[in-house]
Amino acid sequence: MIAAPKPDLVTVNIDGREIAVPKGTNVIEAARLAGVDVPYYCYHPKLTVVGNCRMCLIEMGMPAVDPATKAPIMDPATGKQKINWIPRPQIGCATNAAPGLHIRTNTPQIKDCREGVMEFLLINHPLDCPICDQAGECKLQEQATGYGRGYSRFIEQKNVKPKRTQLGPRVTLDDERCILCSRCIRFCKEIVRDDVLGFIDRGSYSTLTCHPGRMLTNNYSLNTVDICPVGALTSTDFRFKMRVWFLKQTNSIDTESSVGANTVVWSREGIIYRITPRRNDMVNDTWVSDSARELYKPVRAADRLTAIKIGNVDSTLDAAVKAAADLLRANAGAIAVVGSGRSSVEEQFLTRKLAEVVKASIHFVSRVAAGDGILISSDRNPNTRGALVTGLISRFEHAGSAGVRPASAEKAGKMPALPGGVVTGALSELAARIDAGTIKAVVSINEDLVAADLTPAQLAKVAVIHVGTHANATSAAAKVVIPTTTVFEKNGTFVNQQFRIQKFYKAVPGPAGAVDDLIALERLGTALGAAAAATEVNALWTTLAAEVPALRTMTFANIPDTGLLLDATPWTGLHFIEGETLHYKPAAAAAAKA
Amino acid sequence: MAIIPLERKPLTFVERTYVPNIMAGLKTTWKHFVRPKETMEYPEERPAIPPNYRGVPTLVKDPNGREKCVSCQLCEFVCPPKAIRITPGEIPPDAPNGHVERAPQAFDIDMLRCIYCGMCEEVCPEEAIFLQQQYSMTGYTREEMVNNKARLYELGGTLPDEHFKWDKKKAAEEHGNDRH
Repeated sequence: MIAAPKPDLVTVNIDGREIAVPKGTNVIEAARLAGVDVPYYCYHPKLTVVGNCRMCLIEMGMPAVDPATKAPIMDPATGKQKINWIPRPQIGCATNAAPGLHIRTNTPQIKDCREGVMEFLLINHPLDCPICDQAGECKLQEQATGYGRGYSRFIEQKNVKPKRTQLGPRVTLDDERCILCSRCIRFCKEIVRDDVLGFIDRGSYSTLTCHPGRMLTNNYSLNTVDICPVGALTSTDFRFKMRVWFLKQTNSIDTESSVGANTVVWSREGIIYRITPRRNDMVNDTWVSDSARELYKPVRAADRLTAIKIGNVDSTLDAAVKAAADLLRANAGAIAVVGSGRSSVEEQFLTRKLAEVVKASIHFVSRVAAGDGILISSDRNPNTRGALVTGLISRFEHAGSAGVRPASAEKAGKMPALPGGVVTGALSELAARIDAGTIKAVVSINEDLVAADLTPAQLAKVAVIHVGTHANATSAAAKVVIPTTTVFEKNGTFVNQQFRIQKFYKAVPGPAGAVDDLIALERLGTALGAAAAATEVNALWTTLAAEVPALRTMTFANIPDTGLLLDATPWTGLHFIEGETLHYKPAAAAAAKA
Repeated sequence: MAIIPLERKPLTFVERTYVPNIMAGLKTTWKHFVRPKETMEYPEERPAIPPNYRGVPTLVKDPNGREKCVSCQLCEFVCPPKAIRITPGEIPPDAPNGHVERAPQAFDIDMLRCIYCGMCEEVCPEEAIFLQQQYSMTGYTREEMVNNKARLYELGGTLPDEHFKWDKKKAAEEHGNDRH
């Protein structure tokens, strides 16, 4: 790795404290580094600066120099260079750090300014915190407490505005609460390039609205709800469902594509209520797609597998493992294992161990659909590279790859409401071998083989062992079914398109009857003669670190929350299908640019 | 610690007859015969409950019959024994109180858990939950001891309102503050 050049550091003085910050850092970020809180609403680290909320007012000064000679003017009282303070306050978000910049955030003038801004923001604010979904994570609540006057002098009637405008299929606008910070407008314009939002009317009647004839339908619309500092934009799905202070936050990973956007799962008492993005400047910044937020819904779906079955009769894990082992022994030499790019690194490792002990041929289901150039790539498996890293597969083919091209970012405005059209497959080799009669038993690791190229007739020819979460054609045809857990119900890691290994944690317990994937795979492996392995992630990682070259010297606990970049050189020759996404450039494009 | 032996005085003749002690005892008995009664014939008779009494928590309606609870779940949050359980819900926009937007779908208080601390009443931003004068909760099953929403409103009834917060909001709307 070539070391990044050191950014130019400049020394600024914030509330009497000198701190060195990269040149061009704005005062809000510089103050954050110095441990000083500068309140703001409209500023967002990933969006352009507009400076329209006026909350981040600061006093600013520069060291005095003689205009003619440029010689420093000294203050005889202190013996230091005199500071020329600007008499009026400046906004912190649009003030960049320059050498010698002096900032004061704790003067009476600034206190007055903040109280004044808060009072104006609250004049027409409905103060309906008891019915507001933002309550508990509302900047207006926090900053009214921290910097507000504490009482209102406004005795007139407040403005009344529409309370439930549908801006799009997933976003509801409560206009009264809006403080016109324009974050949502800038997000749509700059990040999604789907410029649908804007303000109309003037003064206290200003209203956020969609462009006539259009709606906020893009697949990133719910990020506007996240960045809304108040409760104006609310998620139609989460609206009035649960107060945020009840919800437990668990770090997770978006499984819809190989981007691996970082997320937080919000749950209470074993029920997931919402999924929001988690900041990772190397992967997804502070965004995540709307479709990723829907991923919790199948967790409590009716088609969830919750009973261990042998030949459609309820059974126990011991019996099912024995039945599966007998089935595989009976068909020794004619076994195929279908691995999954949706399994975690740890599960793929145990899948490999299982396949090795029964000398099975390994197949891998690919999922391909057009990417959107932002946070959904064309490889819809979250852990294709994990299978390479763990040695489950050494090459892969993509289903229908000829027809799929990643959508360019310019076309993002024409994106479908929710991405679909996933082509699943790449099991043609397995199909051919079943037809030829050389495969008699198939172990499917959470994959629906019928959806992935095989015909029901082909499936009927083989004995199927299904280890998976949801009912499908494969589980219906299977001789042995072991229900397992979803990504929200277990710990593990995924390797994303940058070869960044990222952790996800168990947010909720699995349903009664479901077996942890690692336990199921380990029991199957040991029943067939494999060496016993740990079924707890931390313990399993000692084996992983010892046996997988790319994960050498790593432990599960040591992987940071923002992930760890693995050395990808062993796989540089492979052709990956992904186009460019937010923080990923395909190898070919990167090489062409270099 | 030294042990000090005390010598017990022998009883006199009068004391040995026990008559003075019996008389003293009977004096106490007769005193209570003539004293005014401290007890009452519960449950036919009921004590007068002071106005600030913390009885069974109830939900109340405002004088216009509006359900005051907006299911903000602060009482559920603050409740020390976790006796309160609320399922929030939405009021449809075309309902008479559509402008309030939120109301509880279900509101359960488990009286086997409730410790009558009154924190729910104190925390309520809508003044919708009150510990009133009902003090005797009985039941044959555990289910009977959980007050559901209908029962809570039946126990609570209507209390006077000082603010009419939501009516003021509707008045502002009707005044034309939503148009220009």
